[in-house]
Amino acid sequence: MQLLLQQVMAGLANGAIYALVALAVVMIYQAIDHLNFAQGEMATFSAYVAWQLIAWGTPYWLAFVAVVILSFIGGVATERILFKPLHNASILANLVAFIALFSILNSGDGYLWDYTIKTFPSPFGTKPLFGSVLIDAHEAGMIGVTAVMLGLIYLFFRGTRLGLAMRAAAANPESARLVGIRVGWMTALGWGIAAAIGGVAGMLIAPIVFLDPNMMFGVLLYGFAGAVLGGLTSPAGAVLGGFAVGVIENLGGTFIPYFGRDLKLTIALLVIVAVLMVRPAGIFGRSVVSRV
Amino acid sequence: MTTPHQDTTLFAPAGQALGARRAALLTTRHWVWAGVLAVAVVLPFVFQGFVVFQLTEVMIYGLAILGLNLLTGFNGQFSVGHGAFYGLGAYVTAILMQRYGVAYYWTVPAAGGVCFAVGALFGLPALRLQGLYLALATFALAVALPQLLKFHGLEDWTGGVQGIVVDQPDVPGFLPIDTDQWLYYFTLAVVLAMFAGAANLVKSRTGRAIMAIRDHPIAAAAMGVNEPLYKTLTFGVSALYTGVAGALGALAVQFVAPDSFSLFLSINFLVGLILGGMGSLPGCLFGGLFVLYVPNIAESVSRGLAGAIYGVIMLLVIFVMPSGAAGFTRLAFAYVSRWRNR
Repeated sequence: MQLLLQQVMAGLANGAIYALVALAVVMIYQAIDHLNFAQGEMATFSAYVAWQLIAWGTPYWLAFVAVVILSFIGGVATERILFKPLHNASILANLVAFIALFSILNSGDGYLWDYTIKTFPSPFGTKPLFGSVLIDAHEAGMIGVTAVMLGLIYLFFRGTRLGLAMRAAAANPESARLVGIRVGWMTALGWGIAAAIGGVAGMLIAPIVFLDPNMMFGVLLYGFAGAVLGGLTSPAGAVLGGFAVGVIENLGGTFIPYFGRDLKLTIALLVIVAVLMVRPAGIFGRSVVSRV
Repeated sequence: MTTPHQDTTLFAPAGQALGARRAALLTTRHWVWAGVLAVAVVLPFVFQGFVVFQLTEVMIYGLAILGLNLLTGFNGQFSVGHGAFYGLGAYVTAILMQRYGVAYYWTVPAAGGVCFAVGALFGLPALRLQGLYLALATFALAVALPQLLKFHGLEDWTGGVQGIVVDQPDVPGFLPIDTDQWLYYFTLAVVLAMFAGAANLVKSRTGRAIMAIRDHPIAAAAMGVNEPLYKTLTFGVSALYTGVAGALGALAVQFVAPDSFSLFLSINFLVGLILGGMGSLPGCLFGGLFVLYVPNIAESVSRGLAGAIYGVIMLLVIFVMPSGAAGFTRLAFAYVSRWRNR
């Protein structure tokens, strides 16, 4: 029982990372209808900027806020410069652009900050929480931040005019344009928000996995899996999906004899594909009904 | 990501009025192909060792991309996991040759057969998934394969992390050429046969059914196209093509190891497919050229920034030719002929 509890908690702690990334993935999916393969690299880049600012002597929270703002600007700029011209190109042309962005950022990180692994400070410290061995302060803080961000996003999309405009632009661009919403800028805004969430994710993940140019690659895979499992149309679903992936992975790794330890990732993916067989649009996703 | 819709004007054959011109064009096209083939036959005698090996690799990648193209470009099913079929084909060849002493030329059809079976089986659950969800399922395949190959329970077969060293195929005694050249011709022959097969397939009744499913699944079903059957079969055939490419790859590189078949291989195939042109057969070879040579060129420009330069080149290509090399060529020809008719 103790072991089960411990593994579930460890899974939740990992899951918090995936949930953060899944949230960023879903945000951008809502805004542009594409999965951004370069999301993880954008987050890594943000984390590097934060590291640099802290190395120059900026206080942590100041650097944190600065990086969130810079990431937002960077996200908007990326959309305006790179992806707006590809607006009418096929989905797959966009995919190549994502892969290209991935490659550029990954190699650029390595060039600017070299490939050695760097430590990254945690704002919450790493002491065990309440003297228990189950979870430490940073992991708890990360779960807390995920919950707060989810709440803010919910309020933004449900409660503000801008949020409504963004939802309208994503759901039906033509009609949205007719009622005077600037659809192009809504897309850019979606990129900005996703980049800012990604920046937060990068800064919170870096203390755990350590900072290096490839730190987000594995995380992004799980984040995608979580987002798809939860349903790409639902931010809350994506967060739950992220946590679920973390828990499944840990439990499978511990309790399935013989295969478990080596094939942890494979088992997690198998479970996800099996779930998709039953609910092809993810657990909380709405399936799209199309007119003939 | 719903079905990757193509600009239909690029696909539709030129109208009825152009019928006579098309017949004439067809013969020009035959001449072009004969010329390309002649060049392909002569090349190994013009260049030496390593270049011949690279050209062999280009053809192999082209074949793998053709497999992906049959699925994604012609049938509209999305896969980010074709590296797995490539790896499976390579391992079938390596295991049959090294563990069971089968002659290398028999391992190629065997790899194709195994991949067809696995691909068709995978196509069954894929029937329920669309777009991104299908992408995730295939992606799971790409991530799982290296782990399975490393798995200690299968080590007797796969050689675990170490992989398997594959023997060099013997050059038939009566030919005065070296191994690189022989591998080149062997690959050329297989690739030619496979491309001819694909060209016939997409022109046939079956091929039209496959493309109808891509263009409008509901309309296709209403016309009596058996959607589940064709989708599963296309998945199988696509895996077969990529698997044969993997088998040829194992022979050319003479080594297989789990980490050569990572997710990046699948992504490379996808890049090659998109830059070459969805739904175009010659485009696959352009894709093969691109994913083999451009990273090398980027590395020769700057070692530290190789990835960034590769990315920038990818962006430039996609900005100039959003519908790939094939779409670009078609547009260019259309432009030239319009200009001449003026």
